[in-house]
Parts: sequence; C-alpha cells; structure tokens
Amino acid sequence: MNRRYLTLTVTAFVLLLLYGFGAAVFPNFLSLRVIVNLFGDNSFTGISAVGMTIVIISGGIDLSVASVIACTTIFIAQMVNPELHGWHPLQAMAAAVAMGAVFGAAQGFFISFFNLHPYLVTLSGMFFARGVGYIINDTNLAIKHPFYSETVRGLSIPLSAILRDYLGLENYVRKGVSLPLTAQCFILFVVAGTLLLAFTRFGRYVYAIGSNEASARLMGVPVDRMKIQIYALSGFCAAAAGCVVTFYMQAGNSSLFVGLEMDAIAATVIGGTLLTGGVGGVPGTLMGVLILGLIQTLITFHGNLNNWWAKIFIGALLFLFISIQQLLNRGLTRRAST
Amino acid sequence: MTMLRYAGILIFWILLAALLYWVRKQKNVVFWPLLALAGLLAFNLASTEQFYRLDWREGHLYGVPVDIINHASKVGILAIGMTLVIAVEGIDLSVGAVMAIAGAMMATLTRQHDVAPAYCVLAALGLGLAAGVWNGFLVAVMGIPPMVGTLILMVAGRGVAQLITDGQIIIFNNPVLTYIGNGFLVIPFPFILMLALFALTWLFTRKTAVGFMIEAVGDNEVASSRAGISARSIKFLAYVFCGLCAAIAGLVQTSNIRSADANNIGLYLELDAIMSVVIGGTSMMGGRFYLASSVIGAILIQALTTTMYAKSVSPVVAPVFKALVILLVCVLQSERVKRRLAARHQTA
Repeated sequence: MNRRYLTLTVTAFVLLLLYGFGAAVFPNFLSLRVIVNLFGDNSFTGISAVGMTIVIISGGIDLSVASVIACTTIFIAQMVNPELHGWHPLQAMAAAVAMGAVFGAAQGFFISFFNLHPYLVTLSGMFFARGVGYIINDTNLAIKHPFYSETVRGLSIPLSAILRDYLGLENYVRKGVSLPLTAQCFILFVVAGTLLLAFTRFGRYVYAIGSNEASARLMGVPVDRMKIQIYALSGFCAAAAGCVVTFYMQAGNSSLFVGLEMDAIAATVIGGTLLTGGVGGVPGTLMGVLILGLIQTLITFHGNLNNWWAKIFIGALLFLFISIQQLLNRGLTRRAST
Repeated sequence: MTMLRYAGILIFWILLAALLYWVRKQKNVVFWPLLALAGLLAFNLASTEQFYRLDWREGHLYGVPVDIINHASKVGILAIGMTLVIAVEGIDLSVGAVMAIAGAMMATLTRQHDVAPAYCVLAALGLGLAAGVWNGFLVAVMGIPPMVGTLILMVAGRGVAQLITDGQIIIFNNPVLTYIGNGFLVIPFPFILMLALFALTWLFTRKTAVGFMIEAVGDNEVASSRAGISARSIKFLAYVFCGLCAAIAGLVQTSNIRSADANNIGLYLELDAIMSVVIGGTSMMGGRFYLASSVIGAILIQALTTTMYAKSVSPVVAPVFKALVILLVCVLQSERVKRRLAARHQTA
C-alpha cells in the first residue's frame, strides 16, 4: 500500500476509535448535534490548519497564524463598531483578509529572498501581529451589527429539518440542529484546499518544493515566487479563520488563541502530513482537527477529567504518528539503497 | 556621590570600548551583539535618566543594569543549552515546557510533601535530564527531525506540569528555594548561576575535544561519523544538557515568583532562547557555535525590553519592536546581505 494512504488509514482508524469509544461510553454522543458542534467549534483551528498544511507540505512552517487570527478579530470589531469607524462587516472582512494575505506574502518574501529559516521569520511575524492587535485595541470588543445577529444566523443550514423533510428520518434526528456558517466555511476551505493541492499546478509545485527544493528549482519551478504565494495563502487562511471567529464569538479580542498555532501544527501532523515536507494532504488534516476536537469533546462529556489530559493525549498521538512516519521513511530509504 | 557615578560610567564605557576593540581585533563573532548592546546602552545614556544609577542597599546592588542582568539570566541559561543543540543542527522547542515541569516538581515536593530543599532541586533537575533524554532519544536515536521530535514534549510537557501540580498554582516560601531566584551575592544570584553555568560549559566544550566534536557533527554529520566521532551520542548529549539547562532556568523563574504556575512558566521562552542564539551568530544550520555570544544575545534582548519599559512603551506593544529587531538581525546575517557587504568591501 502507498505509504501516504497508510498513515491516512491510521488517522481514520484513530478517529473512528475515539468516536466509537465516545459513543459506547456516553449515551448522547452518537447524535447529529455532537458532530455539528465538532465542526463548528473547531472551524477556526481547521481553517488555519488548511493553510498550515500547505505551508508544511512545502517544507516550511507558519507560527504566526494564531496572532493573525486574534489581530483579525479585533480589527473587524474595531472597524464595525459604529462609534469608532462604522464599516460594514463585509467591508471589514475583505480588508482583513487582504491584509492577512499581504502579511503572509511579506513573510514569504523574507523567507525566500533572504533565505531565512521560516521558523524565525514567522516567529517574528507572530510577535508582530500580536502587538499590532494590541495597538488596535487591547480590550474585548463586542460586535453589534444586524449582519451578525441576523444574516450570519440566517445562513446556517437547518439540518434536522432537511433530514426530516427530504429523507424521512424523523425518528432519528432531533429538532433544531443546524449547521452554522462557521462549520460551512470550514468545510468549504477543506474542499478548496484539497482541490487546490490535488488538481492545480500550484498544488504540484507545493509538493515539488517540499520534496526537494533544489531539484524543484532545477526543474524550473519558480520557488521564490511560490513561497511568497504559499505564505500569503496561509496568512489568507488565518485571516479568514479570524473572520469565522467573529461569527462564532460576536466579539474581537487581541489576546485570544495563544498557542493555537500548535494545535494547527499538531492536527496537520496527526493528519499524516510530514513536517519535513513533500507528503500530506488536507483530508488528513481535517481528520486531525476532528481528532483534536473529539478529545476535547470527550473530556467535556466526561466532566471529571482534567483539561491537561488533553495535552498529554495529544502529545502521545503526535508521538504515535511521528514514529509511524519515521519507520515508513526508514523502510523506504532502506529499500532505495539496496 | 554624583562625581563617583560619572567616574563609574566613564570607567564602564572605557572598559566596554576596550572590550569591543579587542573582540573586533580577534575577529570574534561576539562583536556584533556586543556592538548592538553598546548602541542600546549609549542610547540610554543619552536619553534615559537614572538608567545608570546604581544604589547600594543592605549589601545589595540595585539599579536598572542590575535588573537587566537579573532578568536576562533565565533566558541566558536556556540559551547556553540551546546553543549546543543548535550547533548539532538541532532545535529544542520543549525548553519552555520543561521549565514548567521542573518548577512544578520543585514546588509540589516542598509544599505538599515537605521534602528537603536539596532533594526538591535534585528531583527537578532529574526531571529536566529525563526530558532531555526523551528528546535526545527521539532525535538522535530514532532520527526524527528535531523540530518535529521536540514538538511532542512542547505540547505534552505543560500537561505533565499541570498533572504534577494538579492544576493548581502552588505557592511556597521555603527560604532556600526562594533564594535561587531572588538571592543576592552583591549581584543577583540567578546571574551568578548563569555565569557559573557558562564557565563550566565553556571549559567543558573549549578545553576538551567535546566542542570540536559538536562543531564537526553540526557541520557534517556523515563526515564526522566517518572520522570516528559518534555523532549519535554527541547529539544525544546536547539534548540532555539542554534539558538540564531548561530545568535550571525553570527553577530560577519558579523561585523568583515563589509559585509554580504550570500554564505560564517559561511560556514562549523557547523563542527568546532561540532568538538569543541566532542573534549571537550561531547558525541554525549547525556547525560553529558561540556560547558567550548567545549569552550577550540574551542580555541584549532583555536590555531592549527594559529600555522599552523605561521609555514607557506599553508592554503589549513591545512585541512589535522585538519582532522588528529579530527580523533585522536575521536579515543582516543572511547570506545575501553578507555577500553584498563583502562585495562592497572588495571594491572599496
């Protein structure tokens, strides 16, 4: 079996195992609401993880995503606030997403033009975006706008009604479950990311750079330009995740999500993407995000389990997946050398 | 008294200038971070009142410079360990989490189990060593890329620390343990600890063949293996040593605030430590390493932070400047800029 599908299979297996465990232990776990919440509550981690996956496949890393998300939320809240600027939310979001992309492109420029380590550049990007967020506003700013209270809510898909009316599943589905806009955005980004990597030249270049940058360059891949685009895409995803956060919280706060970049990286690794680049994909990352979310949900359901077990368990999962990948890698190099 | 202070400042600057001249003549890498530090100090001489004021109270030295070296100590200690890890082409992302583990262990033992201070410290250091062994095993034995391998402990470590403290912030007031982070022997004890660690590490690496081997492994692992150096054990030892340094730094910070806060001790300090090493001129590609330069880098970062506070820059805005400084230093050290500078040198 292709090694790419092997790790993906293990990821899917862990996901099913966790879900099966939850369903077996907690009576209400096997419900549509839990699944919908799983997508909704983890949408921003997921969207930034899509960008992170593309960056990591190209052999880089982006530590700035959490700060960019926080900075975006406070920017939107500040701009929408009628007493301060009074922009329309869509206007603010468009500006925020554009700024996120430009910010990412700047990071990509420093990485490619000066040949700097992405870790250092995105690290300073992380400090920078966090500081800018605080400069914009260092309080928790609520967003009160009809767009948020009506349009966003109105855009959620009434899943229970659809399942009942069109599929006749009235006995199985509870009333009032709907797929919020946050979850829709998450799914949209996952689909778009998957297609982008699988079917476009951009995607093929990303894999080429991640596998071997030098030979990609020799084959005529515009490596420097690609890197700028890749980090711009990650900045774009992070800013989009920030927009989704405002749907979710109806507020902006510049001190939020410290450490979320690590969740995004962990989800990517658990999803079978190699941190050394060249191997991986967005579907795996989706499963990685859902696994992290499931761990959190399980702990919430249990009620008595402390939150730190989540960190330890995620660490153990990381160890499991990294070891599997390492063993596979070793097997391949050994086969190649004999 | 004022005369004395002016004389002191004058002597300090003469010494600093002499040091700068000497390291420049030696073509020592430490020149660049030292020059940046001198620039920052000169800026403060010109613009910040009371920056150089030193007071003598109850046998302690007080003042802004003392504050800087005091607070720079924990990052300096981390940077010493990190230098060796980066020299073998590695990186250790877990030092912040290891700091939290060590602090949690010390506080829990003294507060909840009434263990003697010496054993608390030993247990904490032992955990640091164990963390280093774990990282070393993953990177050196299993061959996992360092940024990936140490990520595991970075994520799980804080969970372990919280497990040890049971999620509580544990306050303690044992006089011996609080001395580690707050004591003074004329100058702050953490700084003395850092100097001692630096001296020992310097002797161990520069007066034995170990330093040479580290540089060989970092420069070319295959070649050094062929030459008979056990690259694997050298790398392993570097991570173990880094874990120990992280534990010491954790003890300093925990002791300084007299409580173990598993969520916040050492938070993002791995970044400061890596930054210190890179500012100090050790390349992330491994090879040559510069211990003293890393320590100066740590002091430079702290001096920058303190200067910003002295200029009443809000602590929440300070990261922006910090980010710009890291980026600037990285750009200045990049190959492209170096080549450009070298080219200009030749034509001139």
